Amino acid sequence: MSTRLASGGRLIDRHTTRTFTFNGKRLSGHDGDTLASALLANGQTLMGRSFKYHRPRGVVASGAEEPNALMGIGEGGRFEPNQRATTTEIFDGLTAKTQNHWPSLDFDVGAVNAMVPRLLPAGFYYKTFMFPRPFWKHVFEPVIRKSAGLGAAPKDRDADRYEHFYAHVDLLVAGGGIAGLQAALRAGQAGLRVLLVEQTAHWGGRAPVDGVEIGGKPAEEWINDTLQALEGMENVCIRTRSMASGVYDHGYALVYERLTDHAPEMGGPRHRLWRVRAGQIITATGAIERPLSFAGNDIPGVMLASALRDYVVNWGISPGDRTVIVTNNDDAYRTALVLHEAGLAVPAIVDARPSATGDLPQAAREAGIRVLTGTGIAEVKGRKSVTGVVLCAQAGEGAATDEIACEAVAMSGGWSPVVHLWSHCGGKLIWDAERSHFRPDAARAPTGHDGKPFVITAGAASGAETAGDVLADAKTAAGAAADALGRSLPDLDAAGTNDPHEEPMAPVWIMPQGAGPAKRMKMWLDYQNDVKVSDVRLAAQEGYESVEHTKRYTTLGMATDQGKLSNINGLATLAGALNAEIPAVGTTTFRPPYTPISMGAIAGEARDATFQPLRRTPIHDYHEDQGAYMEPVGHWRRPYTYPKTGESHAESVHREVLATRNSLGLLDASTLGKILVKGPDAGKFLDMLYTNMMSTLKPGKCRYGLMCNENGFLMDDGVVARLDEDTFLVHTTSGGAEHTHAHMEDWLQCEWWDWKVHTVNITEQFAQIAVVGPNARKLLEKMGGDMDLSAEALPFMGWAEGRIGGFDARVFRISFSGELSYEIAIPASQGRAFWDAALEAGGTWDITPYGTEALHIMRAEKGFIMIGDETDGTVIPQDLGLNWAISKKKEDYMGKRAQARSHMTDPTRWKLVGLETTDGSTLPDGAYCIAAGTNANNQRNVQGRVTSTYHSPTLGRGIAMGLVLNGPDRMGDIVEFNKVDGGTVAAKIVDPVFFDKDGEKQNV
Amino acid sequence: MRRYSAFAIAREAARYHQGWERAWASPEPKRAYDVIIVGAGGHGLATAFYLGKNFGITNVAVIEKGWLGGGNTGRNTTIIRSNYLQDPSAAIYEKARSLYETMSQDLNYNVMFSPRGVLMLAQTEHEVRGYTRTAHANALQGVKTEFVGPERVKEIVPIINIDGPRYPVLGALWQARAGTARHDAVAWGYARACSDMGMDIIQKCEVTGVNTENGAVTGVETTRGTIGCKKLGVVVAGHSSVLAEMAGFRLPMESVALQALVSEPIKPCMDCVVMANTVHGYMSQSDKGEMVIGGGTDGYNNYTQRGSFHHIEETVRALVETFPMISRLKMLRQWGGIVDVTGDRSPIISKAPVEGMFFNCGWGTGGFKAIPGSGWGFAELMARGYSPLTAEFGLNRFREGRFIDESVAAGVAH
Ligand SMILES: Cc1cc2nc3c(=O)[nH]c(=O)nc-3n(C[C@H](O)[C@H](O)[C@H](O)COP(=O)(O)OP(=O)(O)OC[C@H]3O[C@@H](n4cnc5c(N)ncnc54)[C@H](O)[C@@H]3O)c2cc1C
Repeated sequence: MSTRLASGGRLIDRHTTRTFTFNGKRLSGHDGDTLASALLANGQTLMGRSFKYHRPRGVVASGAEEPNALMGIGEGGRFEPNQRATTTEIFDGLTAKTQNHWPSLDFDVGAVNAMVPRLLPAGFYYKTFMFPRPFWKHVFEPVIRKSAGLGAAPKDRDADRYEHFYAHVDLLVAGGGIAGLQAALRAGQAGLRVLLVEQTAHWGGRAPVDGVEIGGKPAEEWINDTLQALEGMENVCIRTRSMASGVYDHGYALVYERLTDHAPEMGGPRHRLWRVRAGQIITATGAIERPLSFAGNDIPGVMLASALRDYVVNWGISPGDRTVIVTNNDDAYRTALVLHEAGLAVPAIVDARPSATGDLPQAAREAGIRVLTGTGIAEVKGRKSVTGVVLCAQAGEGAATDEIACEAVAMSGGWSPVVHLWSHCGGKLIWDAERSHFRPDAARAPTGHDGKPFVITAGAASGAETAGDVLADAKTAAGAAADALGRSLPDLDAAGTNDPHEEPMAPVWIMPQGAGPAKRMKMWLDYQNDVKVSDVRLAAQEGYESVEHTKRYTTLGMATDQGKLSNINGLATLAGALNAEIPAVGTTTFRPPYTPISMGAIAGEARDATFQPLRRTPIHDYHEDQGAYMEPVGHWRRPYTYPKTGESHAESVHREVLATRNSLGLLDASTLGKILVKGPDAGKFLDMLYTNMMSTLKPGKCRYGLMCNENGFLMDDGVVARLDEDTFLVHTTSGGAEHTHAHMEDWLQCEWWDWKVHTVNITEQFAQIAVVGPNARKLLEKMGGDMDLSAEALPFMGWAEGRIGGFDARVFRISFSGELSYEIAIPASQGRAFWDAALEAGGTWDITPYGTEALHIMRAEKGFIMIGDETDGTVIPQDLGLNWAISKKKEDYMGKRAQARSHMTDPTRWKLVGLETTDGSTLPDGAYCIAAGTNANNQRNVQGRVTSTYHSPTLGRGIAMGLVLNGPDRMGDIVEFNKVDGGTVAAKIVDPVFFDKDGEKQNV
Repeated sequence: MRRYSAFAIAREAARYHQGWERAWASPEPKRAYDVIIVGAGGHGLATAFYLGKNFGITNVAVIEKGWLGGGNTGRNTTIIRSNYLQDPSAAIYEKARSLYETMSQDLNYNVMFSPRGVLMLAQTEHEVRGYTRTAHANALQGVKTEFVGPERVKEIVPIINIDGPRYPVLGALWQARAGTARHDAVAWGYARACSDMGMDIIQKCEVTGVNTENGAVTGVETTRGTIGCKKLGVVVAGHSSVLAEMAGFRLPMESVALQALVSEPIKPCMDCVVMANTVHGYMSQSDKGEMVIGGGTDGYNNYTQRGSFHHIEETVRALVETFPMISRLKMLRQWGGIVDVTGDRSPIISKAPVEGMFFNCGWGTGGFKAIPGSGWGFAELMARGYSPLTAEFGLNRFREGRFIDESVAAGVAH
């Protein structure tokens, strides 16, 4: 059983006690403990269940690569599944629950799977569950889904906050081991702006655990000195609990900082996502040890040798009284020595190599530890915990030679550099045969916008093994980064180290070499997803030979650790099965993030009310105070209608329309797009953008215009006012301002860059208020000012500037309702005051604010088209009877050539008409006009569709607009429209102008 | 071909699964074939399958530069639906959806088609109207859909936030028989069936040139030599313009990165697919338990199979807003594929300007769902010269302006 040693543990503070609960049990640990170390200290080795077979699992690693010890942590709005116990720091009140079992961790019914794993090999689900057909959806899939998955889904809204940071630095250094520290120090000394990040809570990485000495001092001292130096540099920023999670094009990188996971009572944001733009990036991300494949290598108590060493040295943990070491390299002997020093028994070191003669094996022998070379593990004994190992000759098929009782097994299959960040943006790897690992190929680095490399690796991440090599490599890396940034480094020697001589590892992947199928079925490659050596071999046998096929067929490397422990072993197994070399098999793609990052952090501050920026018109508060029903229009929210107490939306819309038609309405039209187009070529530019002629417009006048895209389709419409010879004010639809502005800039910047035109989106600089109705002029006259608003002085489609009621105003005489109407632009800061003044003065005429729905109805009554209703990206102005707005004189305009294509000029295109149901009802929205018969694909033939449909309060009946085959030539015809329930409605084709056909109301 | 079944598994278990045969052969290319299909993605393989099954044409090679199914077929978020607006689209997608229903049985390979339903949320008045229109169109196209209110949406997906505050859910277009399938299995199942019919699937073989004589195709140059053919079907998604250039013409198409991501796996919490176009994101839960998430394409052309992070951010933001509980899940992996996008966002299924050469491409962000229907129609077009399913998708529609524009109905077309 694991327990806490009486002394030791460089990261824990034994003077503190922290209590937490684990599956409801109260346990305690110390500051500095991870959840995994604290559980081990409490003798809890069983920490989870595997994904597929629900096998009992213990912790196998000590850091981000952990595949097994995943838990649900927290409660309510702070519950989060799938957190690694190895990277979770404990605090008072932490609650942890194991996952993927029922009813309990110790007794899991799902584990029956484990009794029949032979029936569930890789990809078994592709070969069965096919009959009877409905069973997949109703029986098999639900069962599979239930037993798959890991942690429980969070139920509540997240109680925490998240934020984003931006950093622009010369150099980002990822990884705070001695390589990262060294590189950051050098770069800092050279004056570079450096950001150094480390994913754990402490600096120095492996060196202090591995007994490294630098410059004659323990690594710990060198680390502290270096940190002190870095902290003293203004140009250097260092962060712990911050993981570089991804490297993207052009030196963009993400850093995921966990601010309060270890101390929720601190308050403030929980995670911070740093969006870093770096000139150069050094990845000093170290290396990860590989497991070995032997039967039973997944039983709780089998751990990576380095992890086991970490638990002893960093957290003062005894993994059990007796630990057997199994290895193919010298490094694992360090673990034996550490255990020995801690007074724990190491009954044997099982070394697959024929001989072990390096300094470390020598030291082990001197310490009296038995070293068995040429030996492998035939089988690990135990179910929920290790009870012993059966040994065999590595070269054989697994005949038992000896059995040793033990409580833990420390395994080492060699080390793989962490190449993820290097690879994210295209860095390539090479296979290092001597060390049996893929390492970054410095000659094929990720390149930036200038084609030059921007990622450099340092230390173990480059493949360096000894501390001496690591420091030298980091120094070189810092030099290369400085060079790339045009700086030079002070030439200081790297401090000397005390590295023992290590003999090469042997590329041993499975134990024993000749293990048969029964044994291979018990050798785990991917612990979490339960992928075994036999599965990878099966994939190869069945033709899933590409490494990507193998991965997908077996799910190797697809678990939450993304194969950090299993990838290379899996490749080696596949290569073995195919009789190929490992590099010929290749790797799968490394994708961000390095370890999973919270969605909360990715979303940042954007949620609820601040999910997207809210654009508010100057009159926004009024609408809200009135209890208007608001609808989103782009980032704006516009009042749809202002219901009075007890009124339904339909009733209030009805009231608003009639009040406006009969007396006086007021509309907040501020969201209308307003773009200033200025310059000697402004007229020529607008002639190209609009179908009609704008250059001939006289200052003081307005003109309604249509804008098409290159394909000829109508994209926006609005009124253009000429302010002076050089200046036009373009009004766009509310939703279309940004898009139209971008469209203008696209053409100006990419095609007509030599035209002298400047555009500015001034939408938010003005409030725009429409005063509408027979009493509109009377209201403005009552408000006073210096403007002559008479029909003669300011006729329809004219505009003027002046003062109204003490406000600076630009008044456009335009109408979207068919009423006498003034659209008044007021500087934004004065908008609300003007609105209030108009409301007050309008009391006489029962002035009525109206919303978007009344606006839509009134325009439909007049047969005015609405972008987005009559148009949908497939409609050309000619379809809408708008030929009058298309200049015949202009040589060109956007969309002209497209509109000449055969289908565009086809006389059978559907055309705009008005529609009236025969019974006065309102046509269903979106209905299609049906025709006889069906087409070649058995679909009902159609001959048109409804584009807008309303109940008209003015006319007291349903009115609609639509596009119908030969519509304008079929006035008076009755056609049928479909209903979703299968029925139909009959409607008569009529003129689309339903009200005041001659425009008498607006021209007064 | 030895059939797959529970009994076969039991039989093999007894001998440690040593007896399973290869799912598909790995042959050397022959000198010539009747038909060569370039691209062993879903569409290419389905085309080969139906050439054999419906027209008895089996002297066929499918040539793939990488590993079969390794293009977008193996990278997509597997949404299958047919609630499209325009007639030609609805026809081919509905054909595909109905073929998906029996695909596992037809191929004797479980592709895990899961008709769990797709909800397309309406979060603006404008969207409500748009989806109401689609529902009307679908009713006439024989596609079963329904516009449902917010309460029903909440009933179908309890983890959804329908209250906003920024974009309250106003309703949704619901297609109950839409769903998802296992993407790799679709490619593998077709490959196995094609191989079984005697077709050659040649992987790690890149087409580098198109050979023609008197304006008619005679074969292709590949990294494994010249291979002759009478008819050539090019089904290479994002690389279609490259192949067109080899044959001497240009396609009206752009290639952009489309990204997706998954969360860590959790226990089942969502039983359908939800697409939210206003906020721009969609999500479903895989059988493994991961939340599968996607959004829009990058705003610039590229071939790198990775995209910019800001898109991921936008998508995740949208989904955290729509499903607040995912805020405490973690993103496990993000990736991208290069999608082939045409001017009207609809595919090109067409004879090429070169005699004997055919193109099937432009499926862009949403072609996984079309695989069997597209294979069916394209095989018919290649074998007979005409298919009602593909007739409207010809190349000349761009010259004539006869677009099939689906962006009308949905901003995100997956
Ligand atoms: C992130 C993402 C999410 C998506 N989500 C969905 C979704 O939810 N629902 C949906 O319906 N669709 C979705 N799609 C779209 C869908 O994936 C594609 O439309 C579909 O898979 C395309 O299939 P394909 O067979 O045409 O292309 P691919 O699968 O890309 O196959 C083309 C093949 O051609 C090969 N090739 C290219 N050039 C050559 C050459 N010179 N010689 C030989 N071989 C060559 C390629 O290697 C590739 O294997 C998504 C796409 C992406 C990228």
